[in-house]
Amino acid sequence: MRSWGGLPEQAQQSLSLDWRDQALQQLQQTGLVVGLGRSYGDVGLAANGRPLLASGLNRVLSFDAEQGLLRCESGVTLGAILQLCMPAGWMLPVVPGTRFVTVGGAIANDVHGKNHHAVGCFGKHLRSVRLLRSDGQEINCSAEENPDWFAATVSGLGLTGCILEAELQLRPLAGGYLDTESIKFQGLSEFLELSAESASRYEYSAAWIDCLSRDVRGLFSRANHSPRPGARPLAGALCSVPVALPFSPLNRVSLRLFNSAWYHRQRADRRSSSAAYDRWMFPLDRIENWNRLYGKRGFRQYQCVVPAESVAELLALIRASGQGSLLAVLKQFGSLESPGLLSFPRPGITLALDFPWRGETTLKLFAQLDQLVAAADGAIYPAKDAHMSAADFRRAYPRWETLEKFRDPALCSLFWQRLTQEDG
Amino acid sequence: MKRVLVIGASSAIAVATARLLARRGAFLVLAGRSRQRLLTVAADLESHGAAGVALLEFDAAITSNYEQLAAEAWGDGLDLVLLAHGVLPDQQAVQDNVVATQLAMQVNANSAIAWLAALAHRFEQRGAGTIAVLSSVAGDRGRQSNYVYGAAKAALTVYTDGLRNRLTGCGVCVVTVKPGFVDTPMTHGFSKGPLWSTPERIAEGIVRAAGRRGRVVYLPGFWRYIMCLIKLLPGRLFDRLSL
Repeated sequence: MRSWGGLPEQAQQSLSLDWRDQALQQLQQTGLVVGLGRSYGDVGLAANGRPLLASGLNRVLSFDAEQGLLRCESGVTLGAILQLCMPAGWMLPVVPGTRFVTVGGAIANDVHGKNHHAVGCFGKHLRSVRLLRSDGQEINCSAEENPDWFAATVSGLGLTGCILEAELQLRPLAGGYLDTESIKFQGLSEFLELSAESASRYEYSAAWIDCLSRDVRGLFSRANHSPRPGARPLAGALCSVPVALPFSPLNRVSLRLFNSAWYHRQRADRRSSSAAYDRWMFPLDRIENWNRLYGKRGFRQYQCVVPAESVAELLALIRASGQGSLLAVLKQFGSLESPGLLSFPRPGITLALDFPWRGETTLKLFAQLDQLVAAADGAIYPAKDAHMSAADFRRAYPRWETLEKFRDPALCSLFWQRLTQEDG
Repeated sequence: MKRVLVIGASSAIAVATARLLARRGAFLVLAGRSRQRLLTVAADLESHGAAGVALLEFDAAITSNYEQLAAEAWGDGLDLVLLAHGVLPDQQAVQDNVVATQLAMQVNANSAIAWLAALAHRFEQRGAGTIAVLSSVAGDRGRQSNYVYGAAKAALTVYTDGLRNRLTGCGVCVVTVKPGFVDTPMTHGFSKGPLWSTPERIAEGIVRAAGRRGRVVYLPGFWRYIMCLIKLLPGRLFDRLSL
């Protein structure tokens, strides 16, 4: 098994968890319970090399279509939940950029979506969690019951135990469509103006940027739910990347061409359209195994959050390095706090970019970016990370020591080992 | 409302198929070994819109009262049966072990055929309905990598061929479903390549085939051509390959 970004070099021999009755026995053999393994870096890789895939634990346990309450096992995917609840007039309040994420994974990384400024993180809408510890103890936790366990488990990187089941509060849904708008912008100040202007009027917003262009340019997308009724089944994949190529077709020239084409594809400065919810929210889900486009060597993602004034420096550094990305995303986070101890989102601008993995060259750039992030007192997203230094981690996530106290002694990810088990 | 019997109801392909049927408001009778697991599946299907769920416990390795089970499952008439139970034995571990080989044949072939024998005359009398049986591409030609499993599936394939031949005239449809590689708990530990499919895709294929009154269905469809080639290989050549 490898992470979504193609880590690690050493083997991970996975076990699978399909039924609740196997959980305790399996938990005592594994080193980390993971969902679909879509985390990019080493947060989903077990320190002992034996991750336990819980995506088979995928049954819905109850669905109250009056109250919008859904209780399910932790391996249920967000896509499966949408498929179930949208026809009944409900939807998930928070989804990340893919629907191939399990509920357990969404909790463990306290994922956020394009509506973070309006509704906060996934954990904010989580009613309760049932945990199984490797000593056999089962713990129910929520904001009211065992709140300390709840805070540790939301954004707990899967370390507090095996998440058996969870209860989610859904939100009512008018229809399966969004009224969207895509606006061309030039320069960061335009992006910030658009963000500020959209924050109160649009539920969803994010921007794609051409990180290789001389001046920062991009497309700002924003959307609201459409009053247009009707939910349709989620769209299937358009195509699939069958195997990882021996080399990555994404190089300096092709990236520049692609980015430029993508920017100019939209002729008008503003374009409004009605889009199916899932098509707009999960564009990359249309290309199955898109990570294979980066070739056998894989890729790394860099996602950080920094104050608005630091974004320009980061982008300048990336442009100067000539390493770049098909998908560079900027989004302004809101100030709603998550219940989790180690939640990533905090007020500021988040920047996310993919880099084809070039070993030392990539790491050198990351080290430079890290310096800027540290100087701005920003944070790097654990779900995407494979390189962050222990010092940076401990500064950005000072509550890690509390999580360490709640960690199940049987569980440890390579991420956690790297950042907390050695003296940073 | 359709009444559907799912045998081996906690298997991944069965759950995925039952979910699709639950969405259409079917009443589902779930037969399987573990009551606890059946209860979990039942909760899932009810959440997905099933009109109702009933449970039947049976263990393919020991159960012998198939007539009684079939009568209970039948109720006032089944519209669809999905027979989906089975085990994938580790060929290396099983091939020189008489008891393990017999057990694999019991679970994958004998018990499946017993179910079908107990259900066939009921469908024949009713003169309507569909029986979908999960066989496998492994039953198309014996290969050294899994011929114990393959032999049982071959028996099941031939049995359903015969059953179809018998029941077609009276309006009952018998579908033999032959999935290729599917990523399920049964195949955990196999390295997965581009030929692999998911239980959800297989489930869609099963529901489609049952609706179209199909006969022998390979899922995904390209396996028909792969297996055709494998069957056409001359024996001398075939035996030199380690398939």
